[in-house]
Amino acid sequence: MSEVTLAAARAVPLTKPKVGRDDWIMRGWMLVLAVFLMVAVLLPLYVMLSKSFENKAGDFIGLANFQEYFSTPALFLSAFNSLYLSAFSSILVMGIAFVYAYALTRTCMPFKWFFKLVAAIPLLTPSLLSGISLVYWFGRQGVANNLLFGESIYGPIGIVIGSSYWVFPHALLIVVTALSVTDARLYEAAIALRTSKIKTFFTVTIPGCKYGLISAGFVTFTLIFTDFGVPKVIGGNFNMLATDIYKQVIGQQNFQMGAVVSVVLLVPAVLAFIVDRQVQKKQVALLSSRAVPFEPTPSKGRDMAMLVFCSIIALGILAMIGMAQFAALIKFWPYNLELTLSNYDFDLANGGGWESYFNSIRMALYTAVIGTVIIFFGAYLVEKGRGFSFGRNAIHAIAMLPLAVPGMVLGLAYIFFFNNPANPFNFVYATMIILVIVTVTHFYTVGHLTAMTALKQMDPEFESVSASLKTPFQRTFIKVTVPVCLPAILDISMYLFLNAMTTVSAVVFLYSSDTTLASVAVLNMDDQGELAFAAAMAMMIAYTCGGARILHMLVSRVLITKTQSWRRR
Amino acid sequence: MAGTADDTFLQIRDLTKKFGSFTALDSISLDIKEREFVCFLGPSGCGKTTLLRAIAGLDIQTSGTIRQAGKDISNLPPEERDFGIVFQSYALFPNLTVNKNIRYGLENQKISADKIKARVAELLKLVDLHDQDDKYPAQLSGGQQQRVALARAIATSPGLLLLDEPLSALDAKVRVHLRGEIKSLQRRLGVTTIMVTHDQEEALTMADRIVVMDHGSIEQVGTPKEIYGKPATSFVADFIGTMNFVDGKVKARGAVKVGKAVFNCDTGTMKAGTPITVAIRPEDINAQDARKSDDNLIDVKVLDMEFLGSFDRVELGSTVLGDTKLRADFSINLVRRKNLSVGSELPVRLPGDLIRLYPRAG
Ligand SMILES: Nc1ncnc2c1ncn2[C@@H]1O[C@H](COP(=O)(O)OP(=O)(O)OP(=O)(O)O)[C@@H](O)[C@H]1O
Ligand SMILES: [Mg+2]
Repeated sequence: MSEVTLAAARAVPLTKPKVGRDDWIMRGWMLVLAVFLMVAVLLPLYVMLSKSFENKAGDFIGLANFQEYFSTPALFLSAFNSLYLSAFSSILVMGIAFVYAYALTRTCMPFKWFFKLVAAIPLLTPSLLSGISLVYWFGRQGVANNLLFGESIYGPIGIVIGSSYWVFPHALLIVVTALSVTDARLYEAAIALRTSKIKTFFTVTIPGCKYGLISAGFVTFTLIFTDFGVPKVIGGNFNMLATDIYKQVIGQQNFQMGAVVSVVLLVPAVLAFIVDRQVQKKQVALLSSRAVPFEPTPSKGRDMAMLVFCSIIALGILAMIGMAQFAALIKFWPYNLELTLSNYDFDLANGGGWESYFNSIRMALYTAVIGTVIIFFGAYLVEKGRGFSFGRNAIHAIAMLPLAVPGMVLGLAYIFFFNNPANPFNFVYATMIILVIVTVTHFYTVGHLTAMTALKQMDPEFESVSASLKTPFQRTFIKVTVPVCLPAILDISMYLFLNAMTTVSAVVFLYSSDTTLASVAVLNMDDQGELAFAAAMAMMIAYTCGGARILHMLVSRVLITKTQSWRRR
Repeated sequence: MAGTADDTFLQIRDLTKKFGSFTALDSISLDIKEREFVCFLGPSGCGKTTLLRAIAGLDIQTSGTIRQAGKDISNLPPEERDFGIVFQSYALFPNLTVNKNIRYGLENQKISADKIKARVAELLKLVDLHDQDDKYPAQLSGGQQQRVALARAIATSPGLLLLDEPLSALDAKVRVHLRGEIKSLQRRLGVTTIMVTHDQEEALTMADRIVVMDHGSIEQVGTPKEIYGKPATSFVADFIGTMNFVDGKVKARGAVKVGKAVFNCDTGTMKAGTPITVAIRPEDINAQDARKSDDNLIDVKVLDMEFLGSFDRVELGSTVLGDTKLRADFSINLVRRKNLSVGSELPVRLPGDLIRLYPRAG
């Protein structure tokens, strides 16, 4: 049989495409990118995984660490706590997000713009802020602590409320998208068939957006499951996996056990990620069918009910950020309620000074600029490269991975990998560079997907035309691809900036005394009991992110007016 | 190079392209002469675009060779080949003006700014867009965009111009107008041109030679007249224009039998008794004034008439043909003169030199 194929091959020599100059350059860049992704994603994770199978001396001990983990009730309990609290919170958030999204997309509720705006607020703040705010509301000296009927806010209640607050916009975004892609004709058919409103809801509305709901459920679950900020501030003695890693590593310096907990945290996150990817593929298939957009019709009772509901939720969000702002301006809670700016005098705090704020800004800017360059150019190589599909597919696969890796896990993996003196990249340890690398990596996937979507919308023949005109690909990349994709590029950099400003989980293991960060300062101030400073610092982050959002909006608007002569529609 | 004529510009040999186990091009061989305008014509999915992209180096073939201007380009990437290309989508750079789109390929060659400017002006004039050069593609009509794409493709004076369905996105009127424009431009520049189309009218009016393809192979190569008048296979006969197909048998050398009727025509080397398909175009069926004892004449009855503007497509039945029906095109003039209507009877002639025979299985 092989002889036959050989003979056939001899008879018809296969054409082996010559690798042109552009191809070599592209492959060179792909190699650079592959090295980056190896160093930033694969190797640290590998080292972390192998640490979980080693003892303190570094000998391989198989599953002994895991045995110890699962036979220590205190540790094992956190896994259970994390699972059920995350499940509970996601169901709660999903319920609220669904009604809120329904009101925004399917009713004629007034003031939709206001509710959209308010719902986006939690994106501008570190997740820690909700914890701090809850302490002021419901803590031992809280304004409204009698509302809890003697229950403590420190623990499951606080975690559920705090988590729900900050993941709400993430869930809302996905559900709104899912509800927006419905086909009005289905509803016309339902009316024509005299189907009752309730029945239409369960036979048309819910099936139409079920993939979106499932996807939102998984995203919400993963976000809460892997979050560190809320349980850290408001969790009290209630242990969760993410806080356990922190305690094992920072408190007890038990890195092996930290690695074990990381693996326990990683597994459900990866599973949720895989299921979500599968579900999203189906969602895309739904989207591509030709549909007639749905126009809601007024219905007094329903619209009023929705207005009441959304107002309550919006009030909750405003109460959360409002209290943080209030706390930041109060002299000495709860004894002296005079207003003051002294809480912004961070240099007096123990948790970190103004320096950490400026470090954060620097870090966020570097992340936004460098991250956007790497992510967009990387996506370009994957999408527009010629041949070499193995390399392109591999890069795409690795780029998808960070979404499944919790920040705590990534941070710990970086300690293991970069803190090793034998590592040639050891020099970045405890510098700004490692903070930028870990943040770019942590948020790589969403940027990558945004870039891929924008690139896919471009005519695939631009590259062909450019090659026929013997133009090097870099020139077309700069002169055509980048200008055409500029809105997406701005979105990516905005996304990176906001997340770099607010993230705690990955960087908490990696900052040094020279590179303290604002979000970590909030954490440390809270740890030290300097709650007013913490609130003020959290608000500084919120102002900065809000300002960045406004700037982004203005720049995008100017850009669109400037380029509308060539942009269609 | 024994069998190659001297003026062959593009020589394709045994070109095969596979997508997995699917063979999109099956051992294609073709010679294209310098300055020729060649159309690839065929139904959707027959491999026209695949062949064009292989020639461009955009999707390199699985096996086989291509030589252009005597140079083996079989495995070269597109930037090392010599061609300009226009896509169906035009792929104009949306953020660059007409002027910048056209000069795009000139700018990275070592040409002085003055020369580029002059060349762009010349090209703008050539495609009749000299007053549009500051506009963006989105501000132009489809036909104008098409001409910008053409100007950009020929700006660097490539030796070969490739056009993939350049007119299919335009409406009918503009299309007919641009056909003439492209053809005369090609003549003036003398650039060897390959155009992919699935519109036979386009191919027939524009091409010097047509390559008819089906299922990844070439069915026939020839001038429009040859393709139309002497289709080499029943596929080509069916695909181009309209054709009557009726089953018959070779009766003897120079004669075929269809039903009870006998027609004289060229039977070539086919033996008596060979089952064949007899083909004739509707416009080649001539109405006769009176029945003379001429050969290839049959008496028919009009079964149906379809008015198509300048002529009527008429369905004819005949006792000698049995159930077989023929379609014939009769000019309005003729219909009026003979006062034809459904049920009319008349003799028609099927000229022997316009009858084509194709082998038939069984
Ligand atoms: N990248 C690809 N992968 C797999 N199959 C392909 C690919 N490109 C083309 N084909 C297949 O090869 C065949 C020929 O495609 P091609 O695009 O050349 O057709 P075409 O003659 O240009 O048709 P059309 O008139 O519709 O443009 C088709 O059956 C198509 O499905
Ligand atoms: Mg095609």
